[in-house]
Amino acid sequence: MNRFFDIPSDLQHSWLGLIGLHLREALLPVLAGLVAALPLAQLCVRFRWLYPPMLSLTTVLYAIPSLAFFVVLIDYTGQTELTVMIPLAVYSLVVLVPAIVDGVRSVPPETLAAATAMGFGPVRRYVQVQLPIAVPAIIAGLRVATVSSISLVSVGMLIGNQGALGNLLHDANIYHRPELAVNSVVTTAVLAVLADGALVLLRLLLTPWMSRGTRRRKPKAVQARPDAAVPALEDAAR
Amino acid sequence: MNVLHFVNAFFSDGAHWKGYDGIPARLAEHIQYSLLALVLAAVIGLPIGLLTGHYGRGGNTLALIATAGRALPSFGLLVLMFILLGFGLVPVMIPLVVLAVPPILVTTYEAMRSVDPPVVDAARGMGMGESRILLQVELPVALPLILSGLRSAAIQIVSTATIAAYVSLGGLGRYIIDGLYQRDYEKVVGGATLVAVMALATLAVFWAVARTAVSPGVRRGG
Amino acid sequence: MAESGSFCQTRRAFGVLIRMDSVTKRYPDGTVAVDRLSLEIPDRSITVLVGPSGCGKTTTLRMINRMVELSGGRILLDGADIRKQPVNTLRRSMGYVIQNAGLFPHRTIVDNIATVPRLLGWGRSRARARAAELMERVGLDASLAKRYPYQLSGGQQQRVGVARALAADPPVLLMDEPFSAVDPVVRKGLQDELLRIQEELGKTIVFVTHDIDEAIKLGTMVAVLRTGGRLAQYAPPAELLSDPADDFVEDFLGTDRGIRRLSFFTSGGLRLQKSPVVAVDSSAEQIAARTTPGVPYLLVTDLDGRPLGWGEPDALTAGSLDPDRLLPHGRPFEYGSESLRAALDGAVLSPTGWAVAVDGDGRVVGVVSQQTIGEAIRSAHAEGRTAAESERESETGVVG
Repeated sequence: MNRFFDIPSDLQHSWLGLIGLHLREALLPVLAGLVAALPLAQLCVRFRWLYPPMLSLTTVLYAIPSLAFFVVLIDYTGQTELTVMIPLAVYSLVVLVPAIVDGVRSVPPETLAAATAMGFGPVRRYVQVQLPIAVPAIIAGLRVATVSSISLVSVGMLIGNQGALGNLLHDANIYHRPELAVNSVVTTAVLAVLADGALVLLRLLLTPWMSRGTRRRKPKAVQARPDAAVPALEDAAR
Repeated sequence: MNVLHFVNAFFSDGAHWKGYDGIPARLAEHIQYSLLALVLAAVIGLPIGLLTGHYGRGGNTLALIATAGRALPSFGLLVLMFILLGFGLVPVMIPLVVLAVPPILVTTYEAMRSVDPPVVDAARGMGMGESRILLQVELPVALPLILSGLRSAAIQIVSTATIAAYVSLGGLGRYIIDGLYQRDYEKVVGGATLVAVMALATLAVFWAVARTAVSPGVRRGG
Repeated sequence: MAESGSFCQTRRAFGVLIRMDSVTKRYPDGTVAVDRLSLEIPDRSITVLVGPSGCGKTTTLRMINRMVELSGGRILLDGADIRKQPVNTLRRSMGYVIQNAGLFPHRTIVDNIATVPRLLGWGRSRARARAAELMERVGLDASLAKRYPYQLSGGQQQRVGVARALAADPPVLLMDEPFSAVDPVVRKGLQDELLRIQEELGKTIVFVTHDIDEAIKLGTMVAVLRTGGRLAQYAPPAELLSDPADDFVEDFLGTDRGIRRLSFFTSGGLRLQKSPVVAVDSSAEQIAARTTPGVPYLLVTDLDGRPLGWGEPDALTAGSLDPDRLLPHGRPFEYGSESLRAALDGAVLSPTGWAVAVDGDGRVVGVVSQQTIGEAIRSAHAEGRTAAESERESETGVVG
């Protein structure tokens, strides 16, 4: 068990240090993706014709393997953390845009009409009515983006040891210490599960108005437009 | 010097087109690994997903498998298997299949559950047997979603098979990994381009399959 | 379909085709959906199961084709226990129509309709030919054959549902709230269509609805069920309206059952006034000759005898009758084949208080006042017609 947490010195971090690094490399891109996705999604809701091409673009971007994405960036940003974080931010963005669009669109038209009738302006209506009702869908997207991001950071090991917990894999390989690989896999998976759980908790806190029954149901949009939602919900790790 | 320049240089070098490290050979390897993994994952995931979806049982277990499948880091699993089992096809196939089964399984289950219940009720009421309901009614109606699950799995496999070059497997990832070690950026970018094209080709194949296999009656809006 | 052929040839009038003997459905959690229900469902007629939600009407229907298995009692189909034959053979011998139709979204309309014939082993072309024939029968344009369900309106989809159920010519048709999801205008059209088809085909139809008006309009026999799956009353609609078994049934029938009951009395007995009717090209003499004491108006018809409107005799001048200046005549009723209710409705809605009686081609056969209709209603009630007599009338074509 001692050897399990005995991190080789070439990694220049303790186990907890690697976890901190890993979380930073994984979560900052998700945050950046969310910040960029909100206005983009709003554009797609506003201009309906924009959504189908946007969907095709997100599907294509999401298909590009992470390693290919990383190495192409090396020419611009070098073998740095940023090179890992930019693709992760893009992946988060392309998961979140459809999730937010579907969420905002799932707001019943009569609710919107009622809000307008009560004198809500467009901005106020978006922030106080549409966005809160879209929270479950947005969080569903965030869960996929976060878990996927945490898993993908490890691949950063291949471009100059930028993989945080993933760097343990390299050492496990060259020093023949399988327990380091187990450590990496288990720690990463636990981080992913914990982050996922935290987001579920967040949703419960943000949506006290949802009944237990509807909480478990997927938004209707998922069933109506399977092609849009499924890649976003299913290709988590790559 | 930009990326396009490297791409151009890589593809115009005749040496990259022949031999065991030539593009045709590496491409064939990549397709071979990916297809094998996809077929194995589909053989496991599809029947279970179809049956659990048809009978509506086991949804919670599947949700658990899906969460676990998502949380497992693909690259970590790959290296771990390599260290534990050594070099070869089996240690690579295990993580590829393990990672591809959950999206197939869960999407197939969800696809089957999303079939409008009155449609199944009508089929049963007209005297269709259970296997006929599954194969002639639920499966064709659920097909667009099932295919999207298979597509997700395929994309994930193509992507992870690239990384598998790190554990000495062939395929297009070789160019990237070797290029990184040899500080041959031309090779790295050439490999990355090939991998991206391969991923897009996978999307295109699934698009074409959906075009031909899915009834126009359920394709609308997709 | 040898067995269905023999059913169709056996033209027994109103024998019992389906017999339910103290049928019970009890679920594992102890709830009783249907409680010792006994019903005799007559051959070649529409039997409606009606009641509030939770009364077990759908469960009862679904027990007939074993979509729900009974937990007590038995159901006999043409004398044989339904559990004797393989379940899918049983279901293929019964048409099944549900709310929202439940069409297969991945199959074209013609292939949807051909489903059961294909299940029975018919060849593709024969099944499709049969499907095309049925599309025509249910009033669907042949151009819709290659469409997919999502391209059709709700009413059209429901017609496809009925056609699909009829495809293999089953003797029995089970219909579970088939018209509940369409708007009232479309629903009325579908109901009329069903009655017309039933007239032609003479199926044994079991029809579930929560709408008492629909039950009375369609049913030869109506079974009113109460919550908990118990039978409250089983009677022809006229009897239901005249003699509700208890407060529950009376309450369920609603407040205007007296008016609705008129649907079951023929307009054929009304004494018509034939004289106050003039053609649009009449001369002054003809108008004077037609003017009838006690009738303040004259009904003007076109040259074919179809009604144009009412005019006062003094205002009518020879040769220059202006159809635009006449009073509207309201909806005419078909004398003899429509009910007293239609006649009363025509009189009430006409500004003159007189109803116009027409023949099957829409030609005027006479006019009748509210007062005369009122007398007819009183005598009809006074004669105390039994439900059985009304039943015979409806058989000869008095439909509400």
